[in-house]
Amino acid sequence: MPSEYKLVLKHVDKTGYTNSISCYQKHGGYKTMKKVFKIKAKKTQEGINTPQEIIRKEVLVSGLRGRGGAGFSAGMKWSFVNRKSGKPIYLICNADESEPGTFKDRQIIYKDPHQLIEGMVISCYANDVNLAYIYIRGEFPEGAKILNKAIAEARKAGYLGKGICGTKFNLDIYVHRGAGAYICGEETGLIESLEGKRPYPRIKPPYFPAVLGLYMCPTIVNNVETLCNVRHVMEMGGEAYAALGTPGNTGTRIVSLSGQVKRPGYYEVEVGKATLGDLIFGKDFGQGLIEGRKLQAIIPGGSSSKVFREGESFKIKTKDKAGKDVEKKIDLLDIPYDFDTLMKCGSMSGSSAIIVIDDSVDIVEALGNLSDFYAHESCGQCTPCREGSLWMAKALKRMRSGQARKADADYLKHIAHNIQGRTICAFGEACAWPVLSFVDKFRDKFEERGAADEARSAKQENKGEVD
Amino acid sequence: MKPVPLNRKIRGKWINMAAKDISPSVETVTVKVDGRSVEVPRMMPNWEGTPEPTTVLQACKLAGIEIPHYCYHPKLPVVGNCRMCLVHVGMPGRPGPDGKSPENEDGTPKIFPMQLPYEPQTPRGVIGCATTIVPGMEIYASSPETKEMRESVLESLLINHPLDCSICDQAGECKLQEYSYDHGQAESEFEEFKVHKPKAVDLGPRITLDAERCILCTRCIRFTKDIVGDDSLGIVNRGGYNTISTFPGESFNNNYTLNTVDICPVGALTSDDFRFQMRVWFLKETKSICTDCGSGCNVMIGSRENKMYRYEPRQNDAVNGHWMCDSGRLNYKWIGREDRLSIIKDAKGKTSWPIALKDISDHLVNADKGSVAIVASARQTNEELHILSKLAKYLNAITDSIPRKGKADHLMMIEDRNTNTAGAQLVGITSKRVGSKLSIIKNGIESGKVKTLIVFGEDVTKHGIDTKLLKKVTLIVSDILPNETTKVADFLLPGCAHAEKRGTFTNVKGRVQKFMKALEPPGDALSEWEFLHELAYNVAGLGGFKTIEGLFNQMAGEVKAFKDAELTWAKLGDHGLDVEL
Repeated sequence: MPSEYKLVLKHVDKTGYTNSISCYQKHGGYKTMKKVFKIKAKKTQEGINTPQEIIRKEVLVSGLRGRGGAGFSAGMKWSFVNRKSGKPIYLICNADESEPGTFKDRQIIYKDPHQLIEGMVISCYANDVNLAYIYIRGEFPEGAKILNKAIAEARKAGYLGKGICGTKFNLDIYVHRGAGAYICGEETGLIESLEGKRPYPRIKPPYFPAVLGLYMCPTIVNNVETLCNVRHVMEMGGEAYAALGTPGNTGTRIVSLSGQVKRPGYYEVEVGKATLGDLIFGKDFGQGLIEGRKLQAIIPGGSSSKVFREGESFKIKTKDKAGKDVEKKIDLLDIPYDFDTLMKCGSMSGSSAIIVIDDSVDIVEALGNLSDFYAHESCGQCTPCREGSLWMAKALKRMRSGQARKADADYLKHIAHNIQGRTICAFGEACAWPVLSFVDKFRDKFEERGAADEARSAKQENKGEVD
Repeated sequence: MKPVPLNRKIRGKWINMAAKDISPSVETVTVKVDGRSVEVPRMMPNWEGTPEPTTVLQACKLAGIEIPHYCYHPKLPVVGNCRMCLVHVGMPGRPGPDGKSPENEDGTPKIFPMQLPYEPQTPRGVIGCATTIVPGMEIYASSPETKEMRESVLESLLINHPLDCSICDQAGECKLQEYSYDHGQAESEFEEFKVHKPKAVDLGPRITLDAERCILCTRCIRFTKDIVGDDSLGIVNRGGYNTISTFPGESFNNNYTLNTVDICPVGALTSDDFRFQMRVWFLKETKSICTDCGSGCNVMIGSRENKMYRYEPRQNDAVNGHWMCDSGRLNYKWIGREDRLSIIKDAKGKTSWPIALKDISDHLVNADKGSVAIVASARQTNEELHILSKLAKYLNAITDSIPRKGKADHLMMIEDRNTNTAGAQLVGITSKRVGSKLSIIKNGIESGKVKTLIVFGEDVTKHGIDTKLLKKVTLIVSDILPNETTKVADFLLPGCAHAEKRGTFTNVKGRVQKFMKALEPPGDALSEWEFLHELAYNVAGLGGFKTIEGLFNQMAGEVKAFKDAELTWAKLGDHGLDVEL
């Protein structure tokens, strides 16, 4: 039975650990940054590799994938940046942690902000960035204060500002507070908000942040946890980092476990080494469901991911030990918690937030709760999501007030299909997938409710009250 | 962003920025549209005129297929938010390790219809307005998959759209109506309550907004911000409650607000002037020119049964693009005024054209050479001014026009408020300094040298020649509205507004444009060129034409600037031609 592998959260929550720079440095903080500054250019057969290229190569080799939700290779994202445009390159830390069920980034921001700053300094150095922003969600006012204090401490110590640690590298980091919109977590929505406009995501093509981002300059947007992991990549080396976790799903992840388990919380594990069952039932993790309850559903990767029904099993294509393609049958609770397997099973690991739903929950109510969130958070720029998200929320509200119909299952699916794949940003998928997956996996519950409501209203009509 | 002027003076020459000349781009790309191979230029002008890679929507337009769209406009920046132009495309495969894309058995590149990456059995659409074409791309503009995408977007738009067609101005020219007819479903599946938003918002002095009808294409916002440069419109609220609004307390009030009514695909933005006035399918559309200033913006007159209801701008990329200013657009009500001059009069009272024209001709024939002066408005047409100019030469008459200046704005409205100053100058009625000879005419009347004054379309009492002086001479006046000059005329010949005749104007940049007749003139009023023709023939034996076309072609052979440009009435077409000033 696997246990936690604390890498990013190594010192957080230890007694006496504070978020001040002195405490951070006492525990080895900023050593990696100083080591990185000492990297010298290397001559190879193809030419000269600058220190920046060496760092970027290391991150690519480590296989670090974005921890914000998309799981896109960080090294590859950095390689897309247009370094020939003559425009300044910006780096933005996406601290707009708004995916329902996710509460991992706040641990880092509140308890170990200097780890984020060190990760950012290294990432900015690797990408020739001289001006970086931390976009923090408006609901974290204390977090913004903590970050600003940490930045001031770092500047005082000479780790930010002009000529960091005696090099020619200048970097300034500013904290920008959001104002309470989930769509500001979308990278182009974030950029628009940072520029002072309404957070309407941009169309891609042509506005890829790596080419036309903040103020139309090349921009890198990375999650808090990803940037912290960059420090660990450079500390232990890309290959050592890649040895953690499983192939293609390297390193560690902080899993936010919530819902009806005995011990909800945040746990850092090697990617793919713990299964869903381990995380929910393991004694080091969730310790199982509340007494007397049975598992009904698991949302594996933040509310935008497709839901799993208990008892499900999947046939996935994988490679056996010899490297040959084989088809394997895998039960729900045996799914290793990584990026790829969850995707093969028809969902995703998203922001690594597991929400456990037991049999005391009314599925229609749960879905209605989720769809209310999405209807509220839709920015309204493009037609399918603006109209469709509100449509689904209204339909579910009607269903929850005793006016469901049997046809509502297909009705909801039709609306959701109208949205997914047709929007400007991935919010379309985010609001459509919960509806599609809940209706697919729990169709009986929806039809049952519809049938019951229709029968009841038919009976009331037949009673035939004449005024 | 700074507003983009439509025309800029570069090294003394006016350059039209709306359609910059691209050096003949031999680079073309071959794509398939609905199974047909078409070759389209690789780059095409974007909304500012700069060459940019051609998009799917532009390629389909060149192939003759219109992809339905709302938020896209050729002269506005692309945002891609309505999603109506979603179209299913097939792309060539990614090159393999050998650098070559996958091929069919016959060697042609294999085309893969795009699928959703997470649901490979579902087709994936791309927005035509923003997706650039690649060689070999297959655009399935009319396939069932594409149609399904359009239907779903329409369904999304219609669920909250109020059923206002019967009271909405836009009916008949509403894109939502048109596409619903072509691509929509007959029955709605919507079972919930619609979103309600403010219905008759007084957005500005000329605009009323119906927020419920708005489909949030943001054309109005982009136009006002990027073309006019006035950042006054925006969106408030979230998600399905998005509403177009001005900043609370501010008014939507610049000189181009009514263009947003034109570009609004639905009846959300309405013109206070036209609201509830007339159903658009009853309107007769006539191509004309705005007469508010010397820009000569191309317009479309909407009229019915001899009443004018509205002006709309007509696209002419060399003059006004797709736009016109509000002051010009609303300046048509004088045409329908009750006090229009409609009775032909001489000193004794009501008379008739044959009598009046005979009397005038006799008078002019017997007039001493040099005793006639002509003040012809620079708002008359080229043809009228030309005949007057020839008559003046024959009579040795001094001629001039009245200058008219106002405040220019940064976009289309210019200082010169006379429609045809350039025309008056080219045919010789006036000189570079318009109005410089008025004092000579005045002195001539005072001294008794000038015994006959012909005034066309101006009130000279406002420009130095008062009623006392006018009573000293034989005053022949042609005008359309009564003023102090017409009151003391010895011969009062009612004329036509430009909407009541055909002719041409020359704008300040030398563009000669023709306009057509939309309305019948009131009462006795005749087109000026018709009675001038008779006068000129009687007095000076000038003739040689029977129609306006003939008159124009004759003039084009006689006026140097027109001759050099080889103008004919037919060649002017709908957009006019340039001459050297």
